[in-house]
Amino acid sequence: MTSSTTFGSKAARVRAAGEPALVVEHLTKHFGSRIALDDVCFEVEQGEVFGLLGPNGAGKTTMIRILGTLIKPTFGNATVTGISLSRETGSEIRARISIMPETPGLYLRLTVWENLECFAGLYQLSHVNERIRKALASVNLADRQNELCGSLSKGLRQRVALARSLLSDPAVLFLDEPTSGLDPVAAHEVHDLIGALREHGVTTLVTTHRLEEAERLCDRVAIVNTKLLLVGKPDTLRADLFSRKLEVRLSSRLRDPSRVFSEVLGVKHWEEPEAGSYLLDVEDPDLVAPPLIRTLVGCGADVLAVGERRHSLEDVYLQLIGDGAGERK
Amino acid sequence: MTFSWHRVGAIVKKELKDYRRNRFVVILTMTVLPLVFVLLPVIQLFTIRVSEISSSKLDTRIGISLLYMLIVPAIIPSALSAYSVIGEREQGTLEPLLTTPIRSEELLVGKALAVSIPTLVVAYAIYGIFLIAVGAFANPALQVVVFGQAHLLVELLFIPLLAGWSIWVGIAISTRSADVRVAQQLSVFASLAPLIIVALLALNVIKPTLVLTLLLAAGLLVLDSVGWRLVALMFDRERLIVGEPR
Repeated sequence: MTSSTTFGSKAARVRAAGEPALVVEHLTKHFGSRIALDDVCFEVEQGEVFGLLGPNGAGKTTMIRILGTLIKPTFGNATVTGISLSRETGSEIRARISIMPETPGLYLRLTVWENLECFAGLYQLSHVNERIRKALASVNLADRQNELCGSLSKGLRQRVALARSLLSDPAVLFLDEPTSGLDPVAAHEVHDLIGALREHGVTTLVTTHRLEEAERLCDRVAIVNTKLLLVGKPDTLRADLFSRKLEVRLSSRLRDPSRVFSEVLGVKHWEEPEAGSYLLDVEDPDLVAPPLIRTLVGCGADVLAVGERRHSLEDVYLQLIGDGAGERK
Repeated sequence: MTFSWHRVGAIVKKELKDYRRNRFVVILTMTVLPLVFVLLPVIQLFTIRVSEISSSKLDTRIGISLLYMLIVPAIIPSALSAYSVIGEREQGTLEPLLTTPIRSEELLVGKALAVSIPTLVVAYAIYGIFLIAVGAFANPALQVVVFGQAHLLVELLFIPLLAGWSIWVGIAISTRSADVRVAQQLSVFASLAPLIIVALLALNVIKPTLVLTLLLAAGLLVLDSVGWRLVALMFDRERLIVGEPR
């Protein structure tokens, strides 16, 4: 395999320039009177997997379309791989990136190979056969290359679309709901593929509704609902929004829990959601757990379990979106 | 980035493969229509009575026959080109296509070339079959008129020029339309406009002189040449993707 067909070669060239892969500055988009995006700002570093989360109509696809030069922002600007968005730079930006829309958009009367061959021509790629073979192999479709796309299942079409977006070895890959319609095994393969692309330095911006997927895949996530609500690492978002908690389960209720917990340094607040089960707000669970266990044992309690209660990204998302706290930042 | 014939070629290749596997295109535009437009003029000429050969009706009958030849390059591309952009949009293939480095002009030229290739092949093939039939079986007096320089010139010149007009009008309508059927109906209607002038010439309503014919051809050539630039100006990626005004 030649270096020209290895994933990440374009990303390496962009990385050498030393600029962020994406810089979004006050991006705003109006469709008539409807506001699709409102003053959104963030940066994505090279090689980062960045998740864009939000409910339907939050502006995720609009963001991808703007960054992919398909539509123009009403206000604001963005740079993609160091190139500022403009009418003149559209073709140049599109040559460096690849977008996989939510619907595969394949030519159903053409075979898998012919679909990819057409796009290889549009990107003016060299070593076309080798590239197509590699892209198909990366999504485990090498044995389906001669089948008409119209005869493939939804999941297989999604994989062909993914292969198509890998074909040009993009520096930045935009994936709009990449695992939608895929079975768990295929979705797992897509996750692995995104992980492999990250190792090759390919920047990936992924939109998803599957929060566990974002948590697993993304270095950082942005939660949007027209406005940018929050951006950061999933762990940081959790820490920002929720206090850390220790969950304690005992064989029976404490007689005087207030006295017991007040003896332990670092416990800020406690509650008893059910008999014998306590939730403690603490600053650092690792520091608080050992003296807490000693105190509980010392006062004769039978400790069944002590552990940190982790908030999922879903909790963060629901806190921001579900509660309608749209203006938090 | 400069205009790339490589990207144009990729579009042409894809379109031709797609036509080949599209039953509607193969059966209707490449089989049924050509058959009809070969049979009609042949019947028209071969039913001329001997008494009519020296009459003034002869020119009109031959004019009508040859007019059928010009309907083909007007009608076939109009339906195909009207589908070209709105069809991609309805299939959901337009967005992935527009995310590639292809420029609007390249996409449009590619689409136009892809439509023009089968159109010209079919139109000239029909005319060739017609000439062979006339040469082999028609009355010698008819042969003299049909093989006359004026008629040959009109057919050879106006087949590609009318096709060019139909293609650009069809693509223009396709870029602004929201529905394939409406686009195809409008396109067929609009493609017939220049045919009216050609019909008036063929039927001797306007006296067909060489200068007039060449002037008309030059006018159509100019329209065809600037057509892709005009359509490129009308090609609004945003409108096509989101379907809403900015």
